[in-house]
Amino acid sequence: MSSPPAKRLSNPPMSESEYWNRKDLTGLEDVTRAEIDLIHSLAASFKETLGRRQKKLPSLRGKTVVNLFMEPSTRTRVAFEIAAKRLSADVISISGDSSSVVKGETLKDTALNIQALNADMIVLRHKAAGAAQYLAKILDIPVINAGDGAHEHPTQALLDTFTLREKWGSLEGRKVTILGDILFSRVARSNIWALRTLGAHVTLAGPNTLVPKQFEELGVKVVHDLREALHDADAVMLLRIQHERQTSSHFPSLKEYTASFGLNKLRMSWLKPGALIMHPGPINRGVEIDSDVADGAQSVILEQVTNGIVCRMAVLYLCANAAAVLRKARGLEVDQ
Amino acid sequence: MALVFDSGAVAEAVREVAREITRRHAATPHFGIVGIANGGVLFGRRLAWEVSGLLGREVPFGTLNAQFHRDDIAHKPIPKAFMRTDIRFDIDGATIILADDVLFSGRTLRAALNELFDHGRPQRVELAALVDRGGRSLPVTADYVGLRVAANAAQQVVVRLSEDPSPQDSVHVEPAG
Repeated sequence: MSSPPAKRLSNPPMSESEYWNRKDLTGLEDVTRAEIDLIHSLAASFKETLGRRQKKLPSLRGKTVVNLFMEPSTRTRVAFEIAAKRLSADVISISGDSSSVVKGETLKDTALNIQALNADMIVLRHKAAGAAQYLAKILDIPVINAGDGAHEHPTQALLDTFTLREKWGSLEGRKVTILGDILFSRVARSNIWALRTLGAHVTLAGPNTLVPKQFEELGVKVVHDLREALHDADAVMLLRIQHERQTSSHFPSLKEYTASFGLNKLRMSWLKPGALIMHPGPINRGVEIDSDVADGAQSVILEQVTNGIVCRMAVLYLCANAAAVLRKARGLEVDQ
Repeated sequence: MALVFDSGAVAEAVREVAREITRRHAATPHFGIVGIANGGVLFGRRLAWEVSGLLGREVPFGTLNAQFHRDDIAHKPIPKAFMRTDIRFDIDGATIILADDVLFSGRTLRAALNELFDHGRPQRVELAALVDRGGRSLPVTADYVGLRVAANAAQQVVVRLSEDPSPQDSVHVEPAG
């Protein structure tokens, strides 16, 4: 099942290469501006194909993508499935409760078996931070992180920044406030990297138990006053309170959170006119966001969902290609 | 690196292709020029400009990226500079002249036709190549050829072309790397 270490594939060190050379996408921390630009250009191109008579592209014909989702997901899993299918790949989705994990199989064994079953890519969601990086190291096939614990959710931040670029053209100098449960949020972490790389100013806001001052080390502003967080923001990204990740109580109750930080019609008036409202979903209406706000004219929440397809198409396409180029360079594969 | 054609020869080749297109299509009601990214875009743009001048009306121009239809995923890394398909005129029923800088195996053209037909159904498609270097792997021929270069499989034909005629424009042959 395993091949000799000399033949092991891994991401080459990031260089200023003019080519995309990552076989995996596990996070955005070390992804460059040029790489994000490429993903977004491809995504824009794929978006145009969604409106064509022929929606399917043949780029990944003959490839099999396995969605290995060890945590619940609707949007991300479906978006990855549609993305892979639009590129003509075959897709198999496995969820944690229907896999041999319940029989005690480790993530490593599950993944090695999927590779041995001749899959060409794995899209992984897992509760453990670093799970995708771990698989990327031990597998020859590409591993795309679809969320690992509270670590990163790179494709979410790619689609969020893509949505903002569609609205603004450039993020340079724009102010984006991320509001809510930052401490447990992989979406926040990936967005901090992506937004800063693209030149935006990031403010993190929420109760101090969920938004510790230490985040300022990442080059962002931390505020605990909602009015201050909103008054000069060009966009607000709301995050869901992640009950499932909280081991101790970080605030008295959801009601209390809503009273202090929930975004409602009144608080919308603290924002600049035209400021955008974003949410990675799933939204909890009446908790972090009111229906008036979620369904209002400034909300781009559903556009984010659509953009999730095209950004993931770009990532699948680039990583599949890079993996194939690497395999060929190392003599592992003959031309197909 | 051997210089094969200098800027004067390149400029004349572009003009000659433009003249030939004009001769054939002076009476064609609906035709446009589409440059194949990345190499064919500037050639196509120069052609569209020249032909528009000769005809005294604006010939629509678009760009086409055939990358998603290529059969050589894994053969080439993907460059970070990406030019997307951008055709803002209706191609249904039109005559489309695809423009590329170098015609070699014919694979780019095969992919380009697929990309084009994802957008609509042109009545007729022609191909203009600035340089034909021979060595076809597919049954593809250009309708208009600017220059012919004899190069073998170990060589690469490099075309330098600017937005407007420039002394930097040239065609070189160098070892493939």
